[in-house]
Amino acid sequence: MTTPEIVFTALGVVAVGSGVLVVTTKQLVHAALWLVVSFGALAGMYLVLTAEFVAWVQVLIYVGAIVVLLLFGIMLTRAPIGPSEGLDSGNRLPALAVALGTAAVLVTLLVRGFKDARIDLKPGGGSADALGEAIFREWVLPFEVLSVLLLAALVGAIVLSKGRGPNDRGGARIGRSGPGVRGSSPGSSSRPNGKGR
Amino acid sequence: MSVAYPVVFSALLFSVGVYGVLARRNAILVLMSVELMLNAVNLNLVAFDVWLRDALHGGQVLTLFTIVVAAAEVGLGLAIVLLLYRNRQNIDVDRQDTLRETKQEAR
Repeated sequence: MTTPEIVFTALGVVAVGSGVLVVTTKQLVHAALWLVVSFGALAGMYLVLTAEFVAWVQVLIYVGAIVVLLLFGIMLTRAPIGPSEGLDSGNRLPALAVALGTAAVLVTLLVRGFKDARIDLKPGGGSADALGEAIFREWVLPFEVLSVLLLAALVGAIVLSKGRGPNDRGGARIGRSGPGVRGSSPGSSSRPNGKGR
Repeated sequence: MSVAYPVVFSALLFSVGVYGVLARRNAILVLMSVELMLNAVNLNLVAFDVWLRDALHGGQVLTLFTIVVAAAEVGLGLAIVLLLYRNRQNIDVDRQDTLRETKQEAR
């Protein structure tokens, strides 16, 4: 095992381990914080793979923006700070079976397919210089389309989350079902995350 | 470095995300698991780009694009989750069953 492989394996264990904690922890806020650890380890893996620009974009966008957005979501849905029950649904065992099956199939297939291929780690291929040239020479059209997509998505998010004032009659009204509406009655006796808080 | 290392770790991370999407009930935790799956795909893209030495840097540029799409997805998804919370006072994905057919209709 060479030094890059050792470092990469250590970072990968951290990333996968904290990913497991994200999907198993009982506290919502801790899940978001473990997500930070996982994304940070992934940024380190990108660095080992000489993709330095992608690594810093990962730190900026994921750790800096997306996790903060998720924390805002947790805060605005009034999630409790301590451990809360009912974060897992009833189908944990089927989910575990599906995930283990996916992992087994993918790992066997990929190890058999790629165990002889070698990456020649040579710095420079992922610098901001090279990537900027690639984006603004060959990938200009997708880049611009993506910026329009981002704008559209954020405008959509604003429209969706715009407050419903007393005389606001547009937009953000998804069918509001009271407690007596048919279809929401089964299973409504057990509500761990419900109106009680 | 063997290509098997990044590829295996991304497969494991993807499976963790699959478990989270299927097993979690809180909608924000489901969004987090989707992010884990997207990151697994990103790791694959970067690894194959570095391995094949793509002249257009296709893998890394696509990784950047995926990160942007993920940011848009999280923004929109959280807006929907907040709207759901405002209308229903809960964000459990297995209790949003208004469109489910009841037993009488199924007959």
